[in-house]
Amino acid sequence: MSSAEPILRVSDLEVSFATDEGLVRAVDGVTFELAAGEVLAVVGESGCGKSVTAMTLLGLTRSANARFAGAAYYGDTELLGASDAELQQIRGAEIAMVFQDSASSLNPVQRVGRQIAEQIQAHEKVTDAQARERAIELLERVGIPNARKRVDAYPFEMSGGMRQRVMIALALSCDPSVLIADEPTTALDVTIQAQILERFRELVAQMGASVILVTHDLGVVTDIADRIAVMYAGRIVEQGALDEIFYDPQHPYTWGLLGSIPRLDRPRPKRLPTIPGLPPSLADRPQGCHLRPRCPHEFDQCAKTPPLVARVPGATAHLDRCWLSCDRKRELREIEPGVIGLRGKHEVELTKGGAGS
Amino acid sequence: MSSLLEVEHLTMHFPVRGGTVIDRQVAKVHAVDDVTFSMVEGETVGLVGESGCGKTTLSRTLLRLLEPTGGTIRFRGTDVTHAKGRALAPMRRQMQMVFQDPYASLNPRKRVGQIIGMPLALHGTKRDAREERVAELLERVGLSPEHINRFPHEFSGGQRQRIGVARALALEPRLIILDEPVSALDVSIQAQIVNLLEDLQEALGLTYLFVAHDLSVVRHVSDRIAVMYLGKIMELSPAEELYLKPIHPYAEALLGAIPIPDPKENRERERVVLPGEPPNPMNPPSGCVFHPRCEYATDVCRSVAPPLMEYAGGHLAACHHPLNVTPREVAMAKRSPASPLSAGDETPSLAAPVADAGS
Repeated sequence: MSSAEPILRVSDLEVSFATDEGLVRAVDGVTFELAAGEVLAVVGESGCGKSVTAMTLLGLTRSANARFAGAAYYGDTELLGASDAELQQIRGAEIAMVFQDSASSLNPVQRVGRQIAEQIQAHEKVTDAQARERAIELLERVGIPNARKRVDAYPFEMSGGMRQRVMIALALSCDPSVLIADEPTTALDVTIQAQILERFRELVAQMGASVILVTHDLGVVTDIADRIAVMYAGRIVEQGALDEIFYDPQHPYTWGLLGSIPRLDRPRPKRLPTIPGLPPSLADRPQGCHLRPRCPHEFDQCAKTPPLVARVPGATAHLDRCWLSCDRKRELREIEPGVIGLRGKHEVELTKGGAGS
Repeated sequence: MSSLLEVEHLTMHFPVRGGTVIDRQVAKVHAVDDVTFSMVEGETVGLVGESGCGKTTLSRTLLRLLEPTGGTIRFRGTDVTHAKGRALAPMRRQMQMVFQDPYASLNPRKRVGQIIGMPLALHGTKRDAREERVAELLERVGLSPEHINRFPHEFSGGQRQRIGVARALALEPRLIILDEPVSALDVSIQAQIVNLLEDLQEALGLTYLFVAHDLSVVRHVSDRIAVMYLGKIMELSPAEELYLKPIHPYAEALLGAIPIPDPKENRERERVVLPGEPPNPMNPPSGCVFHPRCEYATDVCRSVAPPLMEYAGGHLAACHHPLNVTPREVAMAKRSPASPLSAGDETPSLAAPVADAGS
């Protein structure tokens, strides 16, 4: 599925904003690679820096008070240092974005077909009529019934689900190699979410595009992702293949995150397990491991920033940032089975078959 | 166990005005359409459905923030359907609401003490007693009494929702309507608030109407769950029953649409994606309102509105072709008095071949 050469390489990305409250470090040393054809889900709670990471790749966080460090390579192009003109060529055509809120991301006073045609014409020399035909075809592909008529609709004439389909059509219009989807289905009802995810998955597979999916919904992640990066307070605390993260999570924050989801397919617990406390303010973060004040397993070492390393022997793609040794983690997970991570019938299978799927 | 709240054939229709030159009513939105249910003291009823199904309108009507167009609401035996002004005040004390958006539902220019103290002030509590009570409430919801002079913007989303809960508790209500109380919060914070609500219920003997679209959270908190679609109750069942054997195809579709946060189980599961979108509530479909999206629909579904049938274990469902029930259970089922008045006399059948495939 994935080729050897990654399509996108981000290393030590740092993004901070100068504000009245001091320097807000939104992204603090994020490193990841995106392979061709891969779906990488970036998960985490509000304010963990997942959207800022995604938007920075397209230069959407550039402003007078923003500071950047590190590097992000798309092929041979360095995105952080790229000029606006260079970025203009990449945005939409090479790397496209699907935004969360279709109601405020589409132009309310322009017909949806025109908005799609405009993007096509920005990157390719085609006539208005050709662009319009392409728009109709795209609307059909994303599952809008009666596309030839709906192409002339205004966004307000469409339901939320239909508008989100338009957003996806817009992102796909120039056949990009990377799609960044920021909470693409969060604002939708579950039945509509299921329809759109199914269609999105099909289209992405057809096109062979790579996807960065930013979300807080671990259910959506299981539906679509190949790999997961878990972010907390500006850092990736753990990354690995979908099954590794779910069945062999290494970081205490991942344990908490997986544990606190109420499950439809399990007997209901007396109380929901929680992560105590609150995420830290981005302007004033704890020294060393960011989770330290909330982590029940913290010890002296945690005052230093843990590196992102593979701690499970043999699983080089499964990295985490925690000082606890692999044996100690295993012990801790024995103490509270069922609460930490997903245990049960699938775990044994994974351990036997080696890591990764 | 006595009934705290009884709702019979409640309807809330909103007029749509228009027309050239002369303003007249051209249509009406059937937001809540003939809903009957009751709640006993101390229980939690979950109310689920997609946006626009009328769940928020129903909760607002129950609180009498809206004047119902039909039906009756009885609170502790008193008919409050059309109560006004002074007659409504004692009931208002006992019914409170926690709103969805903790950012929009707290006045940004008032201090926490004023926000929580406002219901007390409105109901005539003296200033000294008020401060003491506010401090007590803050502690009750897991905040510090020192927070009394802060403004809402100094708090995180989860803490704000705690303030919203403290305000709802101020008048010692019997019933609290929770309108999507955790959907704006992150998962780890959601769990904290859900646990808080459960602790409070146990300590104070509260009754909750928990309105939400997230079926997994609803299952965790509820004793019974009502599924609404286009203003009507499709299914009303004990919480676990609904998840084990949903009778109405819509309930089944809703459950099936939720991705399970477990990769292997998710892959193994067969999923049916419900086609289409909810119809316009101005012009609801004939017969069963769900028939245009239902894979089991037959002629009878298109013409006759199904009555709510009571199956074993107090499990109500309004469907002509019920799922997950045996022919014997269908034969034993009785027409529930909670059925909409417009429903036909047709009894459900598993006879149709499509229904067999699904059961």
